[in-house]
Amino acid sequence: MGLKRVVITGRGAVSPFGAGVKALVEGVWQGRSGVRLMEDWRRIRGLKSYLAAPVPDLDPREELPRSLRRTMGDMAVHAALAAREAVVEAGMSDEMLASGRVGTVIGSTTGSPQTYEDFYRMFLPEESIEEVKSGFFFRIMSHSCAANVSLALGIRGEQWAPASACTSAAQAIGLGYLLIGSGRQDAVVCGGADEVHHTVTMVFDVLKAASRRHTEPLATPRPFDRERDGVVCGGGSGVLVLESLDSARSRGAEILAEILGFGQVCDSSHIANPHQDAMAAAMRNAMTEAGIESTGIDYVNAHATGTLQGDSAEAAAIGAVVGRPVPVSSCKGHIGHTLGAAGALESIILLEMLRRQEIIPTLHLDHPDPECAGIDLVREIRPARLETVMKNNFALGGVNAALIFQRRSK
Amino acid sequence: MTVDEGIRQQVLEVLTEEFELDPDRLIPSATLYDDLGLDSLDAVDLVVALEKAFSFKLTDEEAVRAVRTVDDLLRLVERTRSGA
Repeated sequence: MGLKRVVITGRGAVSPFGAGVKALVEGVWQGRSGVRLMEDWRRIRGLKSYLAAPVPDLDPREELPRSLRRTMGDMAVHAALAAREAVVEAGMSDEMLASGRVGTVIGSTTGSPQTYEDFYRMFLPEESIEEVKSGFFFRIMSHSCAANVSLALGIRGEQWAPASACTSAAQAIGLGYLLIGSGRQDAVVCGGADEVHHTVTMVFDVLKAASRRHTEPLATPRPFDRERDGVVCGGGSGVLVLESLDSARSRGAEILAEILGFGQVCDSSHIANPHQDAMAAAMRNAMTEAGIESTGIDYVNAHATGTLQGDSAEAAAIGAVVGRPVPVSSCKGHIGHTLGAAGALESIILLEMLRRQEIIPTLHLDHPDPECAGIDLVREIRPARLETVMKNNFALGGVNAALIFQRRSK
Repeated sequence: MTVDEGIRQQVLEVLTEEFELDPDRLIPSATLYDDLGLDSLDAVDLVVALEKAFSFKLTDEEAVRAVRTVDDLLRLVERTRSGA
């Protein structure tokens, strides 16, 4: 536990439901899916999954001048729009953002994959860089989102960019919590982003872990369902403003929740296969840091992406850690697996659950898989007393992360 | 020396499209950096865009660096086009 208590004071989102937290929350509470068929991916030889949950086309020209956009791929544009929404909700002044006491931690799997494609299409035929624009590198670098958001908001504190695929945003929130807890920063704009691109879906398709339910794009992915057949990748960006409790109180900012614990465990047994012991260890570490007994966890927002192995391993891990049928759901059925953005977009949905005192169901969970037994799989919107909740995210490469949020600062 | 109208139009088009500038601001005496707000990254992109638009190479880096105003730019393009 850090020296300082850490709270959340702002949220911003660009998701498969469009720009804004409101669009994301409405889409989820209306039980809609952001998934669609990606017809033009059929041209790619060997690719067997043509499904994704992309961000609808947005025109960022009004909000982001050309001088900012020139160094941004889509993911950085989305991160900048989400970050701006988050600092507006937090009521953070330009002076505070520029004070050096506010930092940026925004991760993604890589830089913009579309920009990579554009570059290599231009470069490879004749190995020529004569048409390379100056903004190219700033769009593909791994800290593209963090750097561009810092520039767009005038942030002058620390800049970090955790690049760990599906745990990028969870790590970003965890790192923001550590930076504030240790007193290095008063506030951190943190989250993650990723783009829908065929080379991203390809990663899962090669591993036979991408959904092929092409006849029913609006019924996949299906976390915890016995008919689940893999991941559907999504795009977007989620951003949270984390702040020390002292700072939030001194500004009179509205506190959305407190972060009580962050667990992160490296599973070194396999580069790709999920392992329930490492998942459980991450959750236990977060609970120990939070000083919360298993009886104190009211709900778990699962990582559950709709893969055969991952969902059952997570269900077993949650069951082992919490030790009773705790309510669990996954957001992936609504927005797909938004990869580097997942930890933050799903945390925003979780914050809304805390606010409404309602648990959202896992979409498409028609037939709970007996392999995912031992937890209380939520299948419709359920009123519940939610005080302390856990958020899981896991990544290829053996990263297992868990965060614990509490509804209000006591 | 007056600049060929066709060339002038094409250069101004590159400036308005590439940098989203208001055509009314592109008076001959306007400086690219101070008046139009371009910077060193834009200078790189300007060369790429002009090379593409005119199918030539702006190989004289010294001459490119010496460009200050819209008029300087028009004259550089005309000189390069005529091979002078």
